Amino acid sequence: MKQRKRTIIYTVIGLFVALVHIIPFYILLTVSFKDMRDMSSKWAFPGYWFTGNFISAWQNAHLDRAFLNTGVITVLSVALILIFGSLAAFPLARYQSKLNKWVYGIFVSALIVPPLTILVPLYKFFVDIGFMNTYFGIVLLHVTFQLSMAIFLYTSFIGTIPRELDEAAMIDGATKTGMFFRIIMPLLKPVTATIVIMNANSIWNDYQFSLFFLQKPDSRTITVALSSFFGENSAQIGWIAAGSLLAAIPSILVYILLQKYFVDGIAAGAVKG
Amino acid sequence: MRPNIVVTKAGPRKTTRMRRLAKSPVMLNWMYLPALLLFAVFIYYPFFRGLLISFTDWDGYSQMFHYIGIDNYKRMLSDSRVHTVIINTLIYGLGSTLFQNIIGLLYALLLNKHGKGRTFVRVIVYIPAIVSPIIMGYIWYFLLQYNGGAINDIITAFAGHPVNLLGDPKVNVWIIMVVNTYQFLGVAMMIFLSGLQGISKDYYEAAEIDGASTMNRFFNITFPLLAPALTTSIILNLIGGLKLFDVIAALTNGGPGYASASLSTMMYQLYFARQDAGLAASLGNLMFLLITVISLTSLYFLRRKELSQ
Repeated sequence: MKQRKRTIIYTVIGLFVALVHIIPFYILLTVSFKDMRDMSSKWAFPGYWFTGNFISAWQNAHLDRAFLNTGVITVLSVALILIFGSLAAFPLARYQSKLNKWVYGIFVSALIVPPLTILVPLYKFFVDIGFMNTYFGIVLLHVTFQLSMAIFLYTSFIGTIPRELDEAAMIDGATKTGMFFRIIMPLLKPVTATIVIMNANSIWNDYQFSLFFLQKPDSRTITVALSSFFGENSAQIGWIAAGSLLAAIPSILVYILLQKYFVDGIAAGAVKG
Repeated sequence: MRPNIVVTKAGPRKTTRMRRLAKSPVMLNWMYLPALLLFAVFIYYPFFRGLLISFTDWDGYSQMFHYIGIDNYKRMLSDSRVHTVIINTLIYGLGSTLFQNIIGLLYALLLNKHGKGRTFVRVIVYIPAIVSPIIMGYIWYFLLQYNGGAINDIITAFAGHPVNLLGDPKVNVWIIMVVNTYQFLGVAMMIFLSGLQGISKDYYEAAEIDGASTMNRFFNITFPLLAPALTTSIILNLIGGLKLFDVIAALTNGGPGYASASLSTMMYQLYFARQDAGLAASLGNLMFLLITVISLTSLYFLRRKELSQ
């Protein structure tokens, strides 16, 4: 009886919490679908489906180009993070010499440093070497600043792979490098999935790097396209809402389908510290 | 297994020097060279260059500049606007961390074992964390704006007139802190949930036999065993809050003046709008120092607490 009462109370409070947290998204929906001439409160859901905001946002913010840019940058960055991250983690996990401990420290220490603190010199450097407004430049930046997390996760994961596997490969005459590619790499799938999901999400959502280093209209990512839109048309609330909704939907869908990987990434940090 | 290895090594196969080198651990270090190169070029080199720039009066675009010693730092530390911005940054960092952890822990306890539909509630609470912070800023703009904002509709219904939530420097700093808390609360909750799931049931059973109250069980079992989760959650939230940029850019752009700016947004404006690159670089270095000192000292104290328990 006591148990049942507790279940009911917890359920009611839980649903109330969900209700409060969903309010901003509810408002986003009503604003997105409401005709601009409709002056009713944002709380009132429009009784009609007005799609004009989506069409205007898509055309005026050039969202087709922005989605393409964001997609290309995300895919290239994640691919390089996986390659460089797993390569770097192998010697760091397997051969803990003094040198390698230092190198690991260098990689992980960058987890604390926000890229913004070096904005001024980084921007100057990008202008000097002609990396402004290029896929290449922004991809390398994303890779550099996301690598710490990938190396951290890969190193601790490789640490859990039994060394007997290495020895067996050695008996078969594999070189150390060959061993990595043939034995270790295929075993990294679960942690790789986590890294892909976490990094793809944060690169897709990035605003700061894109704002600083992709300033030409052609090279804009979704977040920058929306923000330039916000500055010019802050009266066109409906367009901004529709654009924001379009930008957020892919992340939300991926999260709902692949929740496990998001949670694993966070949990890894919680256990290892 | 062991004898086999010896046999293989002593076998007839030719072990040339090249072959031995190929098998030595040192040869593996090439594997981290690409990553190390990226770090050197895009983090360490700019960092040292930034130290140099902070000692100049460079305007950000011309070729001309002079070394002016520590003038930028003097200017920065005597500027009352910078003091406000430092306080704002601390409110964003420490305030969000405090609320995210308290509410996140309460949510984790609420959604851990009892109640129906708790997975659904977890998803709802976590979704904001995967939406881009700049977009989260725009969404909250619809709630907070003066004319027709959703929250102001409610205030108007009770008070008869809307309140300038985003323009008033007395309240907008706290509102930005709340928006950041709302967005990343789910991260703290998830960390605590995975921490809770790692605690063995045996402790609670033993406590129940000894007749410990619910409060007793929480403070003597749950909370101490959550220490590693607490450390992770606090450090993550601290770093996230102290570097806050996007939400501020969307809601107030740091205004009015620099009243709601953080070190990040002020630095951005000094560089791109005021052409004061030297001062912006000094501010960047101050921010680096602030974040490093705060997160490392918290890490030190939290770890020591973990060990003593």
